[in-house]
Amino acid sequence: MIRPVAEQARGTGLQLKGITKKFGSFVANDAVDLDVRPGEIHCLLGENGAGKSTLMNVLYGLYQPDGGDILIDGRPVRFADPKAAMGAGIGMVHQHFMLVEVFTVAENLILGREPGVVVDLKAAKRTVRELSERYNLPVDPDAVIEDLPVGVQQRVEILKALANDAQYLIFDEPTAVLTPQEIDDLMEVMKALRDEGKGIVFITHKLREVRAIADRITVLRRGRIVGDAEPGTSETELAQLMVGRAVDLTVDKEHAAPGDVRLTVDELTVANAAGAVVVDSISFEVAGGEILCIAGVQGNGQSELADALLGNIPVLSGRIRLDGRELSQASPRQSIAAGMGFVPEDRQHDGFIGSFTIAENLVLNRYDTAPFARGAALDLKAINDNAVALRDEFDIRTPDVQNLGSSLSGGNAQKVVLARELSRDLALLVASQPTRGVDVGAIEFLHKRIVAERDKGTAVLLVSTELEEVEALADRVLVMYRGGVVGIVPPDTSRDVLGMMMAGVPYEEAQALAVADTKGKDA
Amino acid sequence: MSATTQHEPHLPSLNDEPEQLDFTVTESRDARRARLSSGVLILVVGVLLAVLFFTTTGISRFALSDAFAEVQLPTIELPGRLTVALCAVLCLLAGAGFLSGRLRGRAPMIAGLVAGLAVTLGFLAWAAAGKDLPFPVANQLAGTVFTATPLILGALCGVVGERAGVVNVAIEGQFLTAAFAAALTGSITKSIWAALFAAVLAGVLMAAVLALFAIKYLVDQVVLGVVINLLASGLTGFLFDQLVQPNSRALNSGPVMQAIPIPLLADIPLLGPVLFQQTILVYLAIASIVVVWWLLYRTRWGLRLRAVGEHPKAADTVGISVKAVRWQAVLVGGIFSGLGGAFFTVGSIGSFSKDLTVGNGFIALAAVIMGRWHPVLAATMALFFGFVVQMASQLQTLNTPVPSQFLLMLPYIATIIAVAGLIGRTRGPAADGVPYTK
Repeated sequence: MIRPVAEQARGTGLQLKGITKKFGSFVANDAVDLDVRPGEIHCLLGENGAGKSTLMNVLYGLYQPDGGDILIDGRPVRFADPKAAMGAGIGMVHQHFMLVEVFTVAENLILGREPGVVVDLKAAKRTVRELSERYNLPVDPDAVIEDLPVGVQQRVEILKALANDAQYLIFDEPTAVLTPQEIDDLMEVMKALRDEGKGIVFITHKLREVRAIADRITVLRRGRIVGDAEPGTSETELAQLMVGRAVDLTVDKEHAAPGDVRLTVDELTVANAAGAVVVDSISFEVAGGEILCIAGVQGNGQSELADALLGNIPVLSGRIRLDGRELSQASPRQSIAAGMGFVPEDRQHDGFIGSFTIAENLVLNRYDTAPFARGAALDLKAINDNAVALRDEFDIRTPDVQNLGSSLSGGNAQKVVLARELSRDLALLVASQPTRGVDVGAIEFLHKRIVAERDKGTAVLLVSTELEEVEALADRVLVMYRGGVVGIVPPDTSRDVLGMMMAGVPYEEAQALAVADTKGKDA
Repeated sequence: MSATTQHEPHLPSLNDEPEQLDFTVTESRDARRARLSSGVLILVVGVLLAVLFFTTTGISRFALSDAFAEVQLPTIELPGRLTVALCAVLCLLAGAGFLSGRLRGRAPMIAGLVAGLAVTLGFLAWAAAGKDLPFPVANQLAGTVFTATPLILGALCGVVGERAGVVNVAIEGQFLTAAFAAALTGSITKSIWAALFAAVLAGVLMAAVLALFAIKYLVDQVVLGVVINLLASGLTGFLFDQLVQPNSRALNSGPVMQAIPIPLLADIPLLGPVLFQQTILVYLAIASIVVVWWLLYRTRWGLRLRAVGEHPKAADTVGISVKAVRWQAVLVGGIFSGLGGAFFTVGSIGSFSKDLTVGNGFIALAAVIMGRWHPVLAATMALFFGFVVQMASQLQTLNTPVPSQFLLMLPYIATIIAVAGLIGRTRGPAADGVPYTK
């Protein structure tokens, strides 16, 4: 339901008309129309690369449009830089926070809008306190940003926009880094701001959130508006609008038929480069033919666990056994030889080389063995043939496997990584955030392949911070918090319980609380 | 009234006190390696001192004031062997402390400091033991401040530039150009002030070259710095050969700054000669430390400058022009390096000779990094280097039995130890050396 338009009296709000933005020959935004009225939450929905962020960067003065107009209350405006946009009452909560990590909250808040030549930190702290009281966003003005949890950092980012008297707030993928509870709280904050009369643009690709909060929905695909949707539109319909074809959001999978235990992790302890014990004496087993999901909010040790399994970071103590072989002191090469497949968390840095060809990327783990190598020389034909076969099998969308890896979209790059890892017999597949930054269509494909690998009898360890993904794929869920195991639970555990466990509440307690909560709501 | 309020479960919520994700901290491999190598180094030095103990004879004397001072302070007499032995023991204890890994919190810092001081004192006690002349403490300290002057100014130049995100390897080149300009202008005008002005102008011009290529044309800043140093060396060398050398009486006989005692303050025993009987340039350098600190940490400009060096995009999104701030920072840095360059000619000897800055710009750069990009710490590090250089020249007047090259090594080892203990891992500005493009 669209909320009643009582806002009309306050003007027509913020309008984007026919905005076009090109990067070279690539049209990121093609004559896009969008409007936001005070007192509403307008969701801008679209896949990665659909042009949402470009559009908002145009609105925020970071990019200059190649065509089109921006109007506020009917008056055309031009924003040469973000300062001009802020001056016109537009504020942005960036996906990657625009906060100086070594500054305090107060310093970040006044940066760029300091009143005098000499910085008055006392006044800045006062402003922080006033704003956080007024909008019920508590935060310590003296805290240094890098010491704050992500959710609080986001609060600072919101306060920063509010300090500039923003009337229109753009939230760019704000939920990507939050726990489920933090997401709920953020939703409340957004609603409160809406009720204050702020116009809110909420950018996301998460359908559930859109349905929970949107007053209006606009869907962007490949730089164009493909339609508006009512808030009540089903997730399937929204996904279809977003992707441009019917999408199967559920993953069809048989019940797991776990075989023998293949991976045994015993009292594993790992420290990161700074010496923090980020994986603290954890133990678990994964059987062949099952998917164990490691759920948790980012930064609770999951990444380091995955890296330690591969041998990419040293193990302080504990054992890792794969099919009976001790791997706790193994190098990545030895782990790979032992049958471990690894999909790294960050494609940009690990596991994929943009300046190599697609064909080369597809043999990164096996380039030195037959059939890809003959003595010291590479067999280029074998490498090419392998690539062509994998391209067809994994639906990697590229005209030529000799193109550079960097020419691929995120989803296709991830398909290359997965194709490479799955193209040999595995004992264990470790996949870290395999669908991060990947569009809905490719997610569907990647999920199916991971399930297929499980059905072949491989043990699968999947690290994910997305509850949707955990629910769709897991046969068992291991929740990590501060480097330890909170519990191992079945996949049909409710979201509330999982969310609480992700904040460190033990399973039984979380369940009791969830039951109490439901009862409370019923009453 | 709904029942919800009664059953409200305690969920972690946005309104809770900020929760920290703190993990137990253990020692990483790197930290362990750093700790062990510091420990071994300190132990080695301790053992060396213990060996020196056997060659120490007589009394070590330290003169607190020189012969010409109005107020004569006593000459301290220490038993040589005992002092050396005590310092050796302190070093060995500090080294053992590092190796044991039991030092927590501030303890490694204190142990490092103790070891550094013990090495210096023990070494001096050994060198001065049984000598006719006492070790001149006042000279040593006054000389330290004087020698450190260009290092302090160069380090401040580096701090200002790098805090804004522009790596400055070209301090040496800025020194050299400024030294040349000061000597030339001073020779022609016979005015110290004109020479200083010319030096600052030269420093800023060289800084502008750095800024232009680093900020506008996004050239790799380290390579650029090296090129600017070569340019400065070639340019001043060429002009010196072709222009100055043939007319050295007219063009290379500049005025030399004289020490200007500050009334009253200069009469304070020990401190007076050290701090208040110096040249204008020395006073300027000391004042600059305070000025740069104030600019960086108390003004709007400093806040923006630091933001630009840490997270330029964040600065950009709040309407700060990253490039403009970086330009300003580099040019302001040029003022300090220009003043520092003037030291080598009008600040000390008056005339220019080829490449007379002999690596001082790089030592200033080291002071920037060891001083964690903080003006006061960097200036302290510059003083430390000044101390070492001054000690080297003082020791030549005392006749020590060990080859002088070897003696000169020891203070540097002391530096490394102190740095390992005091500084540990350093983290520079996050965007230092990273060109900014939208």
